[in-house]
Amino acid sequence: MLDKIFHNMTRFSALLILFIVAWIFVVLFDHSTEAMQAFGFDFIVKDEWAPNVDKFGAYAAIFGSVVSTFLAMLIAIPVAIGVAIFLSEIAHDRIKGFFGVSVELLAAIPSVIYGMWGLFYFVPILRDLFGGMGIGLLAAAIVLSIMILPFMAAVTRDAMNTTPDILKESAYALGGTQWDVIKDIIIPYAKAGIIGSLILALGRAIGETMAVTFVMGNVHHTPASILDPTTSIPVTLANEFTEADSSIYFSSLFGLALTLLVMSFVVIAVAKFYFLRKVRKGQ
Amino acid sequence: MTATQKRIVINRIALALSTLSAVVALGFLFWILYVLFSNGINALNWNIFTMEGAPPGYEESGLKHALVGQLILVGLATLIGVPLGIMAGTYLSEYGKNSKLAHTIRDISDIMMSAPSIVIGAFVYAVVVMPMGHFSAWAGAIALGIIMIPIILRTTDDMLQLVPGTLREAAFALGAPKYKVIMDVVYRGAKAGILTGVLLGIARVGGETAPLLFTSFNDNFFTTDLNEAMPSLTVTIFNYAISPYEDWQQLGWAAAFILSMFILGLNILGRLILFYGKKRK
Repeated sequence: MLDKIFHNMTRFSALLILFIVAWIFVVLFDHSTEAMQAFGFDFIVKDEWAPNVDKFGAYAAIFGSVVSTFLAMLIAIPVAIGVAIFLSEIAHDRIKGFFGVSVELLAAIPSVIYGMWGLFYFVPILRDLFGGMGIGLLAAAIVLSIMILPFMAAVTRDAMNTTPDILKESAYALGGTQWDVIKDIIIPYAKAGIIGSLILALGRAIGETMAVTFVMGNVHHTPASILDPTTSIPVTLANEFTEADSSIYFSSLFGLALTLLVMSFVVIAVAKFYFLRKVRKGQ
Repeated sequence: MTATQKRIVINRIALALSTLSAVVALGFLFWILYVLFSNGINALNWNIFTMEGAPPGYEESGLKHALVGQLILVGLATLIGVPLGIMAGTYLSEYGKNSKLAHTIRDISDIMMSAPSIVIGAFVYAVVVMPMGHFSAWAGAIALGIIMIPIILRTTDDMLQLVPGTLREAAFALGAPKYKVIMDVVYRGAKAGILTGVLLGIARVGGETAPLLFTSFNDNFFTTDLNEAMPSLTVTIFNYAISPYEDWQQLGWAAAFILSMFILGLNILGRLILFYGKKRK
């Protein structure tokens, strides 16, 4: 009797996850239908976002999300791979432990703090270097890249560490230098895992709100240069959700939220199912 | 230059570059930590813990409202997320095992773990805030709880699977029903791991700002009423940091410092528990 109750309670909790995820999609879809019907395809291809005349086109926000994430990945990937190589192959054991743990702890620092640092310390530097406001696409991309770096480096290092020692030792025995071993043994062996980890970091970066809200500017305009202020989906949501005053405005914001959810769902699912599954099978 | 010499030179350059990138990356990260510590410690004083928020310009203002609000929100989220997460993880490890359903749930919760938290906020806004008609602590706690479930679920699932099957069999052989085996044998064996998962889950949601922006909202006053908007450290950091007032910005740094200490502390504690738990076995 008690056995049955316990079994059913645990099963109920497990099914609840599936239910919540489905519910999130249904609710977001349901609330965004008004905007979808009013604007149709224009919602994602027009960049006029004018609450005063009830016109909403999300192109600038989608563009800002995609480009800021892309630039952040461009900056973070080489550095993260460098850090991962350093942590798994170069560093002395004692340094490895210390830096390894600090990288993992840095990944736990709330993103709002990265954003705050960006606003007070990094934006002024950009302003001095390039003129203008300092706030904009470039600032957002750099702060974002610094924020995802610890996570990226930690997971990439874990992927590299799956390479069996015996493979590395065989390569050294043939006279390979350390770099030969890294480039010809470790990276090919851990390739699927590394790519999967990088895409996972990408999935996180797209939805990241607080690190970029401070430094992006929330201007609904497709930027002419990477120094211009612009917006992204999470930035728009964070800034405007509590200000929306008409049902079509709300509906458009829910439309943005749904777009973001679908984008990140697809990215993360690709990382999980395609690349990281291979890793699990390989082991 | 011979081929060997060339390889040695390339090797040196490549290793130097990756060491350089590690130095640059860690340099930036320690810069952020330094900024956080120096500003945070400078801004700390006793008033922060005893005084409520005040308009800018007032000498006597503090963060008591946000500290208490943060504890209430995270506490409630823990009450929602932990039992559901542990039970769901138990189902996956003890009942579902390798069934298709169990694998689907694992995959979906993995994806949920990395899903944008601001979207969860929008969802909770639609299903809790809109029907209630106003922002509330409940809405914020529910949003954080939803974010917490998949984290707890995955660690519980992983940790229970580490408990050797022979222990379960021994208990079954003594005639114990399954729920008793799980409660008295499996949970006991995985105690340290589950506790670590819970601590890391709390640390993770404790730093979330985005899902609170339009669920628990924020205000500058002390409240314990769960049906009202409730201040939190994270949203307070955001509001104070983007304000043009210097004293509010200082309070924002103090809040950022306290929050980071809390989260780093939970992370370190979680790791220590896991480390010593493993060592003893």
